[in-house]
Amino acid sequence: MKKTFLALGVLCASVLILRVSAQQDADIKIILTDGQRPVIAITDMRGSGEANAFMGTFNKTLFDEIDGAAVLKVASKSVYPLNVPQTPQDFRIGGAQLADWGRPPVSANYLAFGYTAVQNGQLVLFGYLYDVNQPNPQAAQVIGKLYFGPVSGEGAIKVAREFAADILARFGAKSLAGTKIYFVSDRTGSKQIWSMDYDGSNQKPVTQYEGIAFMPALSLDNTKLAFTLLSQKNPSILVHSTETNRRLTFVNPQASVNASPDFTPDGQNIVFSSSLGGGFSNIFIASANGSGLKRLTSVRAVETEPKVNPKTGAEIVMTSGRSGHPQIYRMSIDGADIERLSSGEGDAVNPSWHPDGQLIAFAWTRGFEPGNFNIFVMDVSKKQFIQLTHGAGRNENPTWAPDGRHIVFSSTRGGSSQIYSMLADGSQVRKLTGQGRNTMPVWSKQ
Amino acid sequence: MKINKRHASALLLALSLVAVASGCKKKVPAPPPPPSPRTEAPPPAPKPVITFSAEPTTVERGQCATLRWNVENSTQVSIDPGVGSVSASGTQRVCPTSTTTYTLKATGPGGSESATATVNVTAPPPPPPPPAAAKKSLSEILAERLRDAYFDFDRSEIREDARNVLTQNAEALKQIFSEYTDAVVNVEGHCDERGSAEYNLGLGDRRATSSKEFLVNLGVSGSKLRTISYGEERPACTEANESCYQQNRRAHFSAGQ
Repeated sequence: MKKTFLALGVLCASVLILRVSAQQDADIKIILTDGQRPVIAITDMRGSGEANAFMGTFNKTLFDEIDGAAVLKVASKSVYPLNVPQTPQDFRIGGAQLADWGRPPVSANYLAFGYTAVQNGQLVLFGYLYDVNQPNPQAAQVIGKLYFGPVSGEGAIKVAREFAADILARFGAKSLAGTKIYFVSDRTGSKQIWSMDYDGSNQKPVTQYEGIAFMPALSLDNTKLAFTLLSQKNPSILVHSTETNRRLTFVNPQASVNASPDFTPDGQNIVFSSSLGGGFSNIFIASANGSGLKRLTSVRAVETEPKVNPKTGAEIVMTSGRSGHPQIYRMSIDGADIERLSSGEGDAVNPSWHPDGQLIAFAWTRGFEPGNFNIFVMDVSKKQFIQLTHGAGRNENPTWAPDGRHIVFSSTRGGSSQIYSMLADGSQVRKLTGQGRNTMPVWSKQ
Repeated sequence: MKINKRHASALLLALSLVAVASGCKKKVPAPPPPPSPRTEAPPPAPKPVITFSAEPTTVERGQCATLRWNVENSTQVSIDPGVGSVSASGTQRVCPTSTTTYTLKATGPGGSESATATVNVTAPPPPPPPPAAAKKSLSEILAERLRDAYFDFDRSEIREDARNVLTQNAEALKQIFSEYTDAVVNVEGHCDERGSAEYNLGLGDRRATSSKEFLVNLGVSGSKLRTISYGEERPACTEANESCYQQNRRAHFSAGQ
């Protein structure tokens, strides 16, 4: 069995931990090692006639999609051969030579090329992916496909994303195209839930309640959005349909706090934090409409942020103050077998499951002053962790993209709190928001 | 003239009937009375003539009126009550405390006469009610009389300084609830920004609940206190330093619904 480890550009402490991991035959299953990624060359494509006006947008989108997915290494465009193919017919004697792309300095394994044109009022992409290592162009074609979109910048983005998704699918990567990020923004005054496309485009409001709507959570099938509403009344949980944006029934317990909901993977139950009974906020589970309420923990400490393992549905990670300051704990779905995952140092909060149900991301002040959170990833079964951010502002609320390779989080590194995405090794940090203050992102599941 | 006997007897009858009917006056006309003897007696003395009035005739209590009079043919004039002898003509200021009818009595050679003038005294309109102790809103009262209780980082236990604050607040709340019988007071729990927003919602709830329990133990009615956590969402101070953080780690009191 081939073992790979998340070992990129992190502090010595993390490298040390990963060495320990190796000795213990541990297996943090994030495959992001640069040296092992196939190399792809992506030509700057051109459009014929009016299609050419959108090709700047197209080329940037295609590059960002492929590069951002981190399953392929994109060869630097500055070293590409001068003879750039646009169609398969361009590979001929005296024309483009496939082998040129496989040799240094490009050293690509794959070549993406093509062109666009306007046909019958549509933008058409003729997209090709060739395996550079094949002996002749006829054998090299991996993808040769037409993509259609409106004749506009949006159309160019659409065809670029679809082409990228097809390329990434060849390498086992899920494209994030079509996924959404829900988050909390105060840009219109009070905090409300907003949504945007995975790359930060198309930002729009989801809730418009009086008071503060925050702590969003999505069901695994993305059809339901749960969140916490804090108004003149006590904080309570609301559930919306994401399809109609209508409010669904959820009967809150009679408690001074009901907050921080999350769905079980089947969408049939909601776990949340409640002060029911007048004591400390502890963890409860109820059906998706609030009936069948059951207490899972009973402790004189604040417990919140219960997150159900999306793969098994059988365990919960949460934040608990039962050992003093908040730390990450795990327990069975029935509340049994509670154990602490974080070391007890600092404050550890905001746990979020990787789609594989083995890793979590969370925010921790370990090594920093109170409030100065950084993003960490931990293997739950081994309790081994690595640190992804290193003191640039407050970094909080990490949640995983459905590809299991990206993490979205909030950070104050640029001054005000904004949403950023990054690869799960901490690289390729991209800022997705800029208006108002933005926090608590959650990535849709597919 | 020749009167026969039958005619003569008829005439006589008629005459006698007239005589009976007329009482025989016409028979003898009365002589005029003798002229009365002219004596030199003086004409009788004229009676006093009085003009007497009050101006105005109606006053409010505490105000005065003026009596004004003029009497002829008198030697002695007096006004009662309360004025006494006065000259035949004059004015007098009077300040009766209730409606009073003044009687002016004038005596002269021609006899005595009297006249009255009434000064109606009305009660003044009642004064405006005392300025109703300028009833302040519950929010103003709470802001004036209750202080915030402060907490340590990540803690919800009541500190020594907060015990003093809450003890004073308890007395104030008991008074406030006796004056504002239907008042409900929110006990708000707040946190500084350094914890997670999720955890702080639970921590703020604990701060509110601890504070409420402390007040209830001092005799404040628990049914009039409602806890609510705002977590770190409503800071009193937004700077990133300990002084500011401390101001935010608090139980605050506000008017409830």
